[in-house]
Amino acid sequence: MNIAEKQEYTATKNACKLCAPLGASLVFKGIQGAVPLLHGSQGCSTYIRRYLISHFKEPIDIACSNFAEETAIFGGGANLKIALENIRFQYSPEMVGIATTCLSETIGDDVPMFIKEYKDMHKDLEIFPLVHVSTPSYQGTHMQGFHAAVQAAVNDIADGKNGKDSTLINIFPGMVSPEDMRYLKEIFKEFNLSHMMLPDYSETLDGPLWKEYQRIPQGGTKVSKIRNAGSAAASLEFGTILACEKQSAGRLLEKKFDVPNYSLGFPIGVNETDKLFKVLEQISGIPMPRIYAQERGRLVDSYVDAHKYVIEAKAVVYGEEDLVCGLVSFLSEIGIVPVICASGGKSGFFKDRIAEIIPGCKEKNIQIIDDADFTDIENAAKELKPDIFIGSSKGYSAARRLNVPLVRVGFPVHDRVGGARLLHLGYRGTQQLFDRITNTIIEKRQESSSVGYSYM
Amino acid sequence: MTGISILKERKKQIYQKGAEPFSITCGKHSLAGSVSQRACVFCGSRVVLYPIADALHLIHGPIGCAAYTWDIRGALSSGPELHRLSFSTDLQEKDVIFGGEKKLYHALIDLIHEYKPKAAFVYSTCIVGIIGDDVEAVCKKVSRETGVETLPVHSEGFKGTKKDGYKAACEALFKLVGQGSVDNISPYSINILGEFNIGGEAWIIKDYYKRMGVNVVSTMTGDGRVDDVRRSHGAMLNVVQCSGAMTYLADMMKEKYGIPYIRVSYFGLEDMSKALYDVAEYFSHNPEIMTCTQELVRYEISRIYPELQKIKTAVKGKRAAIYVGGAFKAFSLIKALKYIGINVILAGSQTGNDADYEVLRDMCDKGTIILDDANPLELSKYIIEKKADLFIGGVKERPIAYKMGIGFCDHNHERKTPLAGYSGMLNFAREVYLTVTSPVWQFAR
Repeated sequence: MNIAEKQEYTATKNACKLCAPLGASLVFKGIQGAVPLLHGSQGCSTYIRRYLISHFKEPIDIACSNFAEETAIFGGGANLKIALENIRFQYSPEMVGIATTCLSETIGDDVPMFIKEYKDMHKDLEIFPLVHVSTPSYQGTHMQGFHAAVQAAVNDIADGKNGKDSTLINIFPGMVSPEDMRYLKEIFKEFNLSHMMLPDYSETLDGPLWKEYQRIPQGGTKVSKIRNAGSAAASLEFGTILACEKQSAGRLLEKKFDVPNYSLGFPIGVNETDKLFKVLEQISGIPMPRIYAQERGRLVDSYVDAHKYVIEAKAVVYGEEDLVCGLVSFLSEIGIVPVICASGGKSGFFKDRIAEIIPGCKEKNIQIIDDADFTDIENAAKELKPDIFIGSSKGYSAARRLNVPLVRVGFPVHDRVGGARLLHLGYRGTQQLFDRITNTIIEKRQESSSVGYSYM
Repeated sequence: MTGISILKERKKQIYQKGAEPFSITCGKHSLAGSVSQRACVFCGSRVVLYPIADALHLIHGPIGCAAYTWDIRGALSSGPELHRLSFSTDLQEKDVIFGGEKKLYHALIDLIHEYKPKAAFVYSTCIVGIIGDDVEAVCKKVSRETGVETLPVHSEGFKGTKKDGYKAACEALFKLVGQGSVDNISPYSINILGEFNIGGEAWIIKDYYKRMGVNVVSTMTGDGRVDDVRRSHGAMLNVVQCSGAMTYLADMMKEKYGIPYIRVSYFGLEDMSKALYDVAEYFSHNPEIMTCTQELVRYEISRIYPELQKIKTAVKGKRAAIYVGGAFKAFSLIKALKYIGINVILAGSQTGNDADYEVLRDMCDKGTIILDDANPLELSKYIIEKKADLFIGGVKERPIAYKMGIGFCDHNHERKTPLAGYSGMLNFAREVYLTVTSPVWQFAR
């Protein structure tokens, strides 16, 4: 066997990524009255539901067009229409988000045509919007599916028919937690800005108990607001990687309706959050409200109080590329060295972005791994002897084997409660991360002390 | 009452006991758009073969199928833990265009070299079925070159239901059966089929058989080892616990090796005891086995009886809904719940057949809802209408119960606590007790 060829093909061992339809489903769960529909086999929707349920701990209904063998041979048009009819009957949706799987993509189903045929069948009815997004799981990761679904919703629904509204902003937060979304909304309110946040699963995937069964959980971005997105004074989108991509929802709106687009990093840490507030001050003309100035002040105060405990601690950071970039920016502010920055994504921009955030990272022997799986991360970590792992629950087994504590952030958090209520963003989110990370490092040192101590 | 109406095409998959005449449709492909709780062929194969701990499990396809099944089950191993890792060929667009055979080949060679497994299973996913990779040929080549038997599992997601996946897994297992030496196998020996060692259940059961004087050659597939499966044809009897998954293999082993089988359940006092007695009965030419069994059952029940009675007093009269994968599991659950005084108001399964549903009808009280291949809307409708205090199901059912403020107990392959055997029954009863008596419900209704 040719050695070069062998190296080209190694199996993925414990993947640090998920497939595109999961990201798309999550976006559709954040639109009011929307039902996600996966066009493919039953297993895809069931597995994705199961995976999301373990993190959000909420009912997650994702419909499927249930391919059978003959569907795979003759095409999925009939199944898609049956599925839409049944969804219409059972869920009375305000929108259906259709994401294709690797199966329907590969047999070449013409979903836009099926949608047109379905609409033609119902000329007498005002049929709900049908947003289609192409998400073959052999292209990119769940993040590509996520961003593609946001873009598809904007592309298919926004019409720019209303005039401009100087107090309205569009916000594309990326794959953040429901708590992050609630916090962002609170911030906009303090700046007297109204918003269209897409997606917004802050209520649909983290809500109170139901007295009566709700077919579709309440909350989410209103379709009418998406329709109106072209009227906004500006769009904000989070993600330094997203900023490098050719297309995004924000850029689409800029091109189509002249809505200025602000590309920001994930606002984690003082520096990145300052950038967000600066933009908000600029758009609204209102200086930073006192409550956030106070939050910022407390955060910096805590940085000072605890700087000795974290300086030069070695961290392994992994997850979605944009989240990792945000975390690394924050960690660099407090002197934690992210010795491994890893992501299962492979946008091609990750290494450069991280290198920008940590100047001289090569000399510091910082390993930046894209297209990583957990075996890669574990192998690299064995050498580098980190003090802490920062990332999703999926790093648990590697962290356990290496006897390194894990601070859970991002998605998924499958082995703890409260994954949906983790706050990562802004001064407040950074404060929570900072306290958790610092205390985890202290606890580890305290536990490995031979005498124990009760004062720091 | 809820305003949820049932899809026309699904009306025949729902039956309320007492309504005449009895008729329920089952074994159908899930209705598109119905939000079925079912999974796919791949899932069926994966769950059956999953606990074989010294085999390599490689999923040939894009990343999703492998990522979603990584270390997902509570199937414990007493030794190697290769089954807890997730391997995938992670097919990319160019592989879909040019075929994934080369990638599969190199992935296998690499992994076999690195992990030195006793055998390798290669699971085909949807897309592999579409692009037409010759997985069989690659497996043959790899077997030949590495000396490690590499078995294709024909588990393309769309080619049927989860049950077809069980069958594909049985076919892969059957290829291993008959390859090993049957020397030194006791005349009082069995294989346990369809036991997955969730939370260590196989260990509990094996201990019982050991105390009876019965030797277990192989458990398929809990705490499974490839070499044990290879010599399993040397056993005298197959004891099939998860009949939906493994009866097919038992049938094949009966035909080829003349090994008879019995169906059992290890859940609940009644079924557990019967499972042991049936085996003792089979070896009745050695009366000592029956004596040991009687002693064992008496001893084990007397150990847990007092606490079970206390629990019974506390939970009596509560109402439970059951929705599980296999119907056989539902039978045992109904008996176990009745034993602690709980009424079953809904019973359903993802994959029951006609005969299963007849048994369910006979077991259930009048008014009980029987459901085939249900979905969240139907389940929530009936648990509210029938005023359930407790729902028993799997991960996908849990949030439905919780969101409606109803207690829930897991009875699926992802749990960490053993529910099989006598100690398992006590675990189950304790969990039911803790669930229905929690003070949190005062805020929920």
